[in-house]
This record gives sequence, C-alpha cells and structure tokens, in this order.
Amino acid sequence: MVNQNLYNYILGIGDNSLILGQRLGELCGHGPSLETDIAGTNISLDLIGQTRSYYQYAAKLSEKEITEDDIAFLRSEREYRNTLLVEQPNTHFGFVIARQYLFDVFHLLLLQELQHSKDDTLAAIAKKGIKEVSYHKRFSGDWIKRLGDGTEESNEKMQEAIDGLWRYTDELFEMTDADKEMVTEGIGVDLSKLKETYYQEVTELLTEATLQVPERKYFNYGGKKGVHTEHMGYLLADLQYMQRTYPNMQW
Amino acid sequence: MSEKEVKNLEAIFEARIARDEKIEPKDWMPEKYRKTHIRQISQHAHSEIIGMLPEGNWITRAPSLRRKAALLAKVQDEAGHGLYLYSACETLGVSRDELYEQLHTGKAKYSSIFNYPTITWADMGAIGWLVDGAAIINQVPLCNTSYGPYARAMVRVCKEESFHQRQGYEIMLTLCNGTPEQKEMAQDALNRWWWPSLMMLGPTDAESVHTEQSMKWKLKRKTNDELRQQFIDQTVPQADILGITVPDPDLKWNEETGHYDFGEIDWDEFWQVVKGHGPCNKERMNARVGAWERGTWVRDAAMAYAEKQEKKKVSKAS
Repeated sequence: MVNQNLYNYILGIGDNSLILGQRLGELCGHGPSLETDIAGTNISLDLIGQTRSYYQYAAKLSEKEITEDDIAFLRSEREYRNTLLVEQPNTHFGFVIARQYLFDVFHLLLLQELQHSKDDTLAAIAKKGIKEVSYHKRFSGDWIKRLGDGTEESNEKMQEAIDGLWRYTDELFEMTDADKEMVTEGIGVDLSKLKETYYQEVTELLTEATLQVPERKYFNYGGKKGVHTEHMGYLLADLQYMQRTYPNMQW
Repeated sequence: MSEKEVKNLEAIFEARIARDEKIEPKDWMPEKYRKTHIRQISQHAHSEIIGMLPEGNWITRAPSLRRKAALLAKVQDEAGHGLYLYSACETLGVSRDELYEQLHTGKAKYSSIFNYPTITWADMGAIGWLVDGAAIINQVPLCNTSYGPYARAMVRVCKEESFHQRQGYEIMLTLCNGTPEQKEMAQDALNRWWWPSLMMLGPTDAESVHTEQSMKWKLKRKTNDELRQQFIDQTVPQADILGITVPDPDLKWNEETGHYDFGEIDWDEFWQVVKGHGPCNKERMNARVGAWERGTWVRDAAMAYAEKQEKKKVSKAS
C-alpha cells in the first residue's frame, strides 16, 4: 500500500521547483546581461535537477508503472500542487527577481528543516538542495538590493514587483492535509513554524533595499489545491506540448 | 616609431609566429593582426550569443526532464563561451559594450546558421550533430592559433562542443530508433539543416577574402573547401548509421579520391542570409536588441548601486 500522503507531499514540493524552473527557462538568452542570463539558467537547471530527484522518488513509491516524466508532463492543471507565486509570469526583470527572492527565502528554510526528515531520501535531496538554494537566495537578494537601492526607476520597478507578488507569499506556509499528516509522521516540515522567520528576514532585506514592506493583510491561495491563476494553463501548454502531441514515445 | 623600426618589429613578430610561439596581450603586434583578431573573436562570441536563441526556443517545450536539463546546460555553456570569448577580445583593447554595439547595429556579423528557424524537437538533435559538428571542425585548429587568449579559450570551447555534438547525435539516434513519426521528424531536420551546415564552413576558397593572411597567422590551418570536405566525409557515415538520407542526389563515394563527391551548394541562398535576408535574421536581432534595451534600467541600477556602495566605503574609511 502506497503512502498517498507522502506521494502528494513530495509532488507538492517538486512542483514548485518544476514550475519555477520552467518560468526561468523562458528567459534563457533574453536576460539584461550575459551574467544574469547565465545565473538565471543556472538556477533553472538546479530546480529542474531537484524536480527530477523528487519525481523519481515519487514514481518509485507509486503503485503504477510511472516515470518522472509522467508526473511532470501528463497531469491536468488541477493536479499540479505548486504555489501561485512560482507560476507568475516574467513581467519584467524586477518580477523575476522578486518572485525568486520571495521563493528562495522560503525554499531555504524548508530544506533546512527537511534535511532532518525521518525519510532518508527526502532528507538527502534536501541536503543537496541547500547548497544550491543558498546560492539562489544570495543571487536574488543581492539583486533586490541593487534594484531597490539603485536608481529611482529601478526602485519603482522593484517596488511594483514586490507589491504585485506579495499577496502570494502567505500561501507558501499553508498546510495541506498531506503536510499535516507528514508532520505527524516526522517526515514533513511544519510550515507554520517557518512563517515568522520568513517575514522577518524578508522585511530586513527589503528595508535595507530601501523598499516598502507591504502590509500582511490580503493574500491569495489556491495553488496547493490545484486552483491556479490564469497564467498556469499557458505555461503547461508549453511544458506538455511534446508529450501531448506525440504520446507514448521515448525521447 | 620609424618605418624601419616597425619593419623590424614586424619581422620579429612573424618569426615568433613561425616558431609557433604564442602572442600575448601585452606583446607588440601589427595593427592588422589586432583588428583581424577582434573581428574573428568577436564574430565567434556573437555567434555563441545569437546561437542561444534558436535552441532556447525549445527549452520550455523539451519532451522530457532529462532533455530539458541537458538543453539548459547546453545553452548555458554557449553563454559561457560567449563570455570568455568576449574577455579574450577585450584583451585586444576593445570593450564589451563596443562589441555589443557592433552586433546590435549590424556592423558585426555572426554565424549565418542561426538565422534558420528551429521548428521541431528534432532540430535540437540536428543542431548538435551538424552545426556543432561543423563548428568543431572549424574550431579544433584554433586551439593552436597564435593568439594566446584565443587559443586557450578554444581549448575549453572545443571540449564542450564535442560533448554537445555527441548529445545532439544521441537525440537523433533516439528519434531514429523511435516511431515512424519520430524518424520522419529526424529526416526532416536533416533535410533542412544539411545545406546550411555545409555553408557554415564559409564561401569557397576562390571567394574567401581572408584565407591567405589568416593561414599565415594560424587563425586558419585549412581552407574552407578542405574543412567542408572533412565535414562531409565524417558526417555521411553517421547519417548511414541513423538510417536517414543526406538530401543530396549527387552525393557519392569516390574511390579514387577517397572522399565523397557532393552536389552544388546554393551560394545565392548563403549570400542572401549573410546580407540579412534569411528566415530569422530580423527575429534574432530583435530578440538581442530587445533584451539589451529592456535591460538598460537593470544595468543602470547595478552601476548606481555599486557607486553608492563605493562612496559608503570611502566615507567610512575617511
């Protein structure tokens, strides 16, 4: 009997990596400089690598004969469990950086806890990810400072992005049934315990970057229940194009 | 410096090259050597950067996670090649911004092959196999070229390119061992990329204006036609293994010469694309110029921030 909660839990984490990696992949070759282009691609590559580790593990747990690619490419939109934050579009470089930073701070906190999971595989994936995500956070955090405390125009653009994406931050800490069950079993992370550290750290950096920290008042949720924003369908149309057009083939 | 002194320096310089010694950035070099190297190295760097676009086009649609990761890594390698080629070029006294300016205004050229569209997944295989294959043939001799920074950059570039080429061939092999639809996709890609790949090795020797001087400076070791023949001889047996057909009815093994004979290349098409009228010239330039312009505020911010930090340091110190 497969542990359905564990399976869902792994997908919940892996989906964030997949969808953010996919978003960053859109930018490859279109960044504001060669160095940021390389960094963005590098982060995307790390995230896709993590995705593969999570999905390979999930596929192994599944009772069905499935692979990492079945999980990545052959679900319906309602079955993806990523948070709304990571699916938001690359509106401009400020949004790319804000989305990245707001996710990275959460992501690192999550992995730092997950490395102590009772589940050895998850703990190992987390441990490996910590190194990568520490770099992601340093990259995105540095850019928040540069853009926030750069020129008047960059400050405005960075603020616009933070204001636009802030409403998706609380969802990062929402506890699904799978989350709760996994915490009880000593496998998963109690996200509610990370929340205050998260907002404190983000507040400090935004303040240093001379940016306004938005109020923690109105938030949007839904991604973790598979109710996504209107952007998600188009992202999946790209992601799934080959597998849907040419089903049951090896690539 | 008197004319005689310059002549003297030139003679010493040419002798060093003849002895296979490396020329380093601070060494004296004839102005023409410097200019020729800026042109060639920057063209090469631009080709890497523009080359990211046709392949970047398939990152979001790669058919498996493994292929997506490999393609990301490959395009990232190309950005890296661009980066160290621009650096090599900067050692000759030109800034990266100047080089971008030349690219964006159309003054500098890049490899014409990237003005063709990537319309199916098989194009990712064909580019790796054929385009990187032709690039390697062009580039391996450059690992021994006379200008030190360029030669050293090329050693690394070539190592990565040969990995890309194998990766591309492996995509083709997977398609050719797959369903009839997949094999057809592979054949179609070969049909579209074959002739442009042959053109990549440059105009025929009779039309090539830079060959003689470049041979002397070891920027070139073989002529375009020799390189093209080498590429064809090497690639045709690989197509045979794949079980797909090179789209040239005149292609035939010649026992006497020990090489393949091949059909006429459509040089009108080549010159049309070189002159800016290929299928994607405008799209590639728009993408590059657009990214650069959209990034202006980001680069300005980074500069402003760095200056502020510098001032803070100075005021702290005083």
